[in-house]
Formats: sequence, C-alpha cells, structure tokens
Amino acid sequence: MVVPIAWYLVLSAALFSLGVCGFLIKRNIITVFMSIELMLNGVNLAFIAFANRWHQVDGQIFVFFVMVVAAAEAAVGLAIIIAVFRSRNTLNVDQIDLMKL
Amino acid sequence: MRPNLYLWLLPLYPLAGFAINGTFGRRLPKSLVSLVALAFPAAALAQVLWIVEQVHKGLALPYLQRFATPWIAVTGFHANFSFLLDQLTLVMLLVVTGVGFVIHLYSVGYMAEEDGYWRFFSYMNLFLFFMLTLVLAANFLLLFVGWEGVGLVSYLLIGFYYKKDSAADAGKKAFIVNRVGDFGFLLAMFLLIAHFGSLSYHVIFSNIAAHPAMQGGVLTAIALLLLLGATGKSAQFPLYIWLPDAMEGPTPVSALIHAATMVTAGVYMIARAHVLFGRSPMALLTVAAVGTATAFFAATMGIVQTDIKRVLAYSTISQIGYMFLACGVAAYSMGIFHLMTHSFFKALLFLAAGSVIHALGGVQDMREMGGLRKKLPITFWSMTSAVFAISGLFPFAGFFSKDAILAATFQAGAGGKVLWFVGLVTAGLTSFYMFRLWYMTFFGEPRYKEPTGHHGSHGVHDSPWVMLVPLIILGVLSLVGGWVGWPAALGGGDWFGHFLDPVFGVRGAAVSVPANFTLERILSGVSMLVALLGWFAADWMYRRRPLPAGLGGAGRQPIYRLVWNKYWVDEIYGALVVGPVLALSRSLLQRGIEFGVIDGTNRAWTAIAGDASGGVRRMQSGNIRSYAGWLAAGSAALLLVVIYFAHLY
Repeated sequence: MVVPIAWYLVLSAALFSLGVCGFLIKRNIITVFMSIELMLNGVNLAFIAFANRWHQVDGQIFVFFVMVVAAAEAAVGLAIIIAVFRSRNTLNVDQIDLMKL
Repeated sequence: MRPNLYLWLLPLYPLAGFAINGTFGRRLPKSLVSLVALAFPAAALAQVLWIVEQVHKGLALPYLQRFATPWIAVTGFHANFSFLLDQLTLVMLLVVTGVGFVIHLYSVGYMAEEDGYWRFFSYMNLFLFFMLTLVLAANFLLLFVGWEGVGLVSYLLIGFYYKKDSAADAGKKAFIVNRVGDFGFLLAMFLLIAHFGSLSYHVIFSNIAAHPAMQGGVLTAIALLLLLGATGKSAQFPLYIWLPDAMEGPTPVSALIHAATMVTAGVYMIARAHVLFGRSPMALLTVAAVGTATAFFAATMGIVQTDIKRVLAYSTISQIGYMFLACGVAAYSMGIFHLMTHSFFKALLFLAAGSVIHALGGVQDMREMGGLRKKLPITFWSMTSAVFAISGLFPFAGFFSKDAILAATFQAGAGGKVLWFVGLVTAGLTSFYMFRLWYMTFFGEPRYKEPTGHHGSHGVHDSPWVMLVPLIILGVLSLVGGWVGWPAALGGGDWFGHFLDPVFGVRGAAVSVPANFTLERILSGVSMLVALLGWFAADWMYRRRPLPAGLGGAGRQPIYRLVWNKYWVDEIYGALVVGPVLALSRSLLQRGIEFGVIDGTNRAWTAIAGDASGGVRRMQSGNIRSYAGWLAAGSAALLLVVIYFAHLY
C-alpha cells in the first residue's frame, strides 16, 4: 500500500505546529530550543515526502543540509545557553529581556 | 582727454575702515582704531578735494563712470553699477566727506571713555560708505542701496547704547517709521520701471525731457511716492516722529547722521529728481506744503523742549522743512544751498551741545545748565556762531540760504505769499528757540552740579582739543559758508546758484522772474527784523527775567500743554496705527496664524508621529516569546498571501 502524500504533510504540519506552540508557550530556554528542533524535523519530513513523491534527490540533499545546520546550531546554541545560565542564573526566557527599549 | 576720477574708490575707503575696525577692532589698541577710523575718511576727503581740483581745471561735468559688467540684467530691465558726478554730487560729496571727517575727529575725543569704541567707529565708517554710495549713484536702484544702508547704520547707532531700553526702542522706531517711507520709494521705482523700463537717471530724465507733453498723471504718482520716501528719511510730516527719539544715540551720531547728512538725503533725492517733480505742479505744491507745515510745527515743538538735543532735533526737522519748501517752489539750488549751510551750523550745534554735555558729565537738561559762558569759552563762541547762523543773522551762513529760500517762495505766485508768511513766522520761532537754548545754557546763574568722577577735581572745563578743533572749523564755516551764495541783490554774485545751474537747467520758474532787487532787499530786511525779534523775545524771557523753576505756571495753559505734548502726535499714531496693528498682530497673526496654523500643523504632525511610533514601540518588548509570536503570525500571514495570490494566477 502506498501512503498518500497528504498524510505525510499532515504529520509534518502537526510536528511543525507542535514546535511552534512549544516555542511560544514554554519558558525554559532548553525546551524552547527543543521546540525549534521539532520544527526543523517537521520541515524535514515535508522535504522527504516531496522528494519521494517526485523522485528527485534535491529534497533529500536539503534535509542533509538542515541536519548539518541543526547540529551546528545545537552546539552553538547550547554553548550560549550555558553562558547565559552562568551569568544570569536562570533559564527563564522572560527574565532575559535586556534588549528591549 | 578726460582723466579717470576713480569714483568707485571713494566709497571703498570708509568700507575698508569699517572692515578693519569691524573685524579686528576689538583686539586693536584704541590709538590704532582711531587711526584707521580717521585715515580712511581723510583719504576720501582728499580724493574729493582732488576731484574738485580736476573740475576747477576744466573737467567737463557730468562725469559718468560705469562698470562694464551689469549689476542686474534680466529681460527688459537692467541696472549697472554706475556713478555720476555732477555739480550737485560734488556739493554733496564735499559736505559728506568734509563734515563727516570733522565729526569723526570730534568723536575721537567724545567717545574716548565709552565702551565699544571700535564698534562706534566701524559703524561711522560704514555710514560714510553708504552715504557716498547714495550721493554717487547714477540710478535710483543704487541710490536705494545707499538709502537703505544709511537707514541701517542709523538704526545701529541710535541703538548704540543697546543696554538702555529707550535707545533700543528709539532705534526700532526709526527703522520701522522709515519702512513706511521706503515702501513709497519702492512703489515709485516700480512705476518708473513700468513706464520707462529703466531706473537710470539719464534714461528717465532724458525721456521726460524728450516728451514735453508728458505732464501730471503717472509722473504725479511717482513724484508723490518719492516724496513719501523722502518724508521718511528726512523726518518730515507725517513721518518725522522718529527723529526726536533718535537723539538717544551718541551726540556725534546726531550731528553726522541726524543733522548734517542722512536726513538731508530726501532733499538730495528730490533735487536729483527735479525733472520729474517739475512736470507735476501738484507734487511740487505738496512738497512745499509738507515742508512749510513741518518747518512751522517742528519749530513750535522745539520752543518748549528742555533737553538740549531734542531742541536741536526739532530744529533739524524744521530746517529740513525749509529745504523741502525750497524744492517745492522749484528753487532747488537754494534747497541744496541751505542743505550745505545747515550741515555746517547744525553739525556744529550738535557738537557744541555734545561738548557741553561732555563737560557736565552727561547732563542734557537745559534747566540744569546755565552760566557756562565763562567755563567753556571755545564751546560758547563756536555755539554762538552756529546760533547766529541758524537764526539767519547777517552775515552768517544761515542768513543767505534761508533768505534765498524765503525770497524765492515770496515770488512763487499767490500761494507762495502764504508759504512765505508761514516760513517767516517759523524763522522768528527758530531765532527764539535757538537764543532760548543759548541763554539757558550759557547765561544766567549756574544751575548745574559740579560733576564728580572721571573728570576729577578740575570742575567744569572745556573739552580736549581734539573736540575743540572741529568746533572751530565748523564755527568758521558757519560764518563764511554762506558767502558763496551772496545774492546779487546785495551786491554779490550768487556763485553757488550759478554753479548748480547746469544741474537744474534754467532756474525754477520762481527765480526766472526778472531779478527784483528792491523787493529782495526789503524781504531780507524783513527776515532780519523777524530774527532779531525772536532774539529779543528770548532775551526778555530767559535773560532779563530769571528762569522760573520748573517752567512756572505756563504749564497750565492749554496751548502750552498742546505744544509740550508735541500735539499728541505720538499718541495719535499710537491709537490709530500702532494700537490696531499690534492688536491685529496679537489676535490674528500671533494667536491665529502663528499659534493656530503654523504651530498647530507642526504639533499635529508630531502628535501623529508620536502616537504611531508609540504603538509600534510596544512590539519591541524584549520578551522573546512575543517576538516569536509576531514571527509566527507574520509567516502565517505571508503564507496566506502566497496561497491567495497563487490561487489568483
């Protein structure tokens, strides 16, 4: 049986939306970070689905790029989080608001 | 071969003096400032004398010098930097540089103790620059440049003691009143451009001369507008009100600007435009009427003044009235003659008054003077020469010029008799108030307090020589200055009148009447009698009878009150002009336009910008999740747009 592409896309959209919701709702900066990863993977799924559907390799290559970037982002992002935690003793994003007017 | 006269250099000397003292004067030592201030007017005077020598050697006049490059050139109109030298200009040049230099010399002594010494002299030099431009100009536009320039310097020098409110106010008053006259002058120039397409004297006057039928009409309009300009500058009725207040300036300024030169610019201008005025009998009559009325009313106001400089101010207004009268009866050369003699004796009167004020440490009220004859001998004798001259006593300068004007007026038709009579009465009044000044200042019991302070313990004494020499020079000129115009009726040659003949063509209608020597002699005698009458009246009231304290009971008489309050003219102007203008400005222009429209527009825009940015500012909260929310909402909106438009295509 062939799974219709719409199912993949629905799953992809669901993952992405969950990521967005987590990003917006959560206060802990690590959870926010994880939500971003979730969004990236939701997008990855859509890429793969389309690559499979159209039998083109572009989408898969894109996914590799996304994974590489995500890995780099994880490394840098976690380092930043640790630096922030050391200087401010909190991981609550609502308290890290120095850049407002 | 016509020699090059380098006329353009003439105004540039004082301009250089102004530039040097105006820029570096503050840092230069006082002696150097004086040197610069005196050297440049002296250079101008020397060149004028050289020009006189050239003319004497037979240089043909008029002499025109024009710069190749036009000043203003637009379609249908152009004006040049061009200077004109003729007999009239020459007389004015001599008066301006001669009297001007003498007054500069005097100022070195008079202003020695004042702050802003360099500022004073830079303005004085600037004044000479503009005045020379005015008299040398060969077109109305360049004349107007000088005209406005002397007005500016007059404003600056009246307000020289700018820390005094009254001085600053007087400066503003002079400037604003002159605007009214200048408005007339400008309109006259516009009319000239519209009808002649040029402002050059030569073009306009030869055009008028070429059309004998051109009479009245637009020429009357132009002449009357020019007259309005002249009444402003020369302090004639109805615009004379600024001159008495102008006495707030330093005394040498009153002598140079507000007596000898600038205020006579109106007379010069009318004489210069005599071709135009000659074609409009109505305008001429107006000139004569304005002059006579001013002469009379100013003389009556001068009678009761107690401030020595204000007496002289009203006297100046009155004497310029005589010059206007002369122009009005087409006796232009006599007007210029009186201009010249007046510049001698009135400058002297002011300088001598300044010497008295100087000696008393700043007292200007004649009620606090008296008995100064012995203390200030040189001042007294030079002042005496001037008083005799202005009163018209033979053989002082004023006798010849004033008598010539009155004689010409008498012979100017039926209306002339009326004008002559008023002029004669005015001559009596003039004699009266001048001798009143003379007696109150120099005779009787001393009423002054010995000044203390910087003069030390020497008591009242005559001024330094640098001030006395100018007094002596002008004193001699007040005596002999009129002899150049010794009338034919008294056995002279009227050399001055014949010298100016080429400028004014055939002498005016009034004078072309076959010379009636007997009549002129009788008129001279009458003038002398009236002047002596004024003298005796003053003698009776101010010498034989001791001066009543505080001017006595006369203060209660209505006529005295009327004159004392200067006919309430300032108050009438205040109620009729100043008040309504102020009210209109405050209510409509300030509250309505300034606050409402201009400020309102600005405020509305700033409020809009402020509110809008205030709203947008909330988006930058610093809250990361709200940024994320906006980001998500934005991308969602973008997505919707893309989907919608994709659907369209």
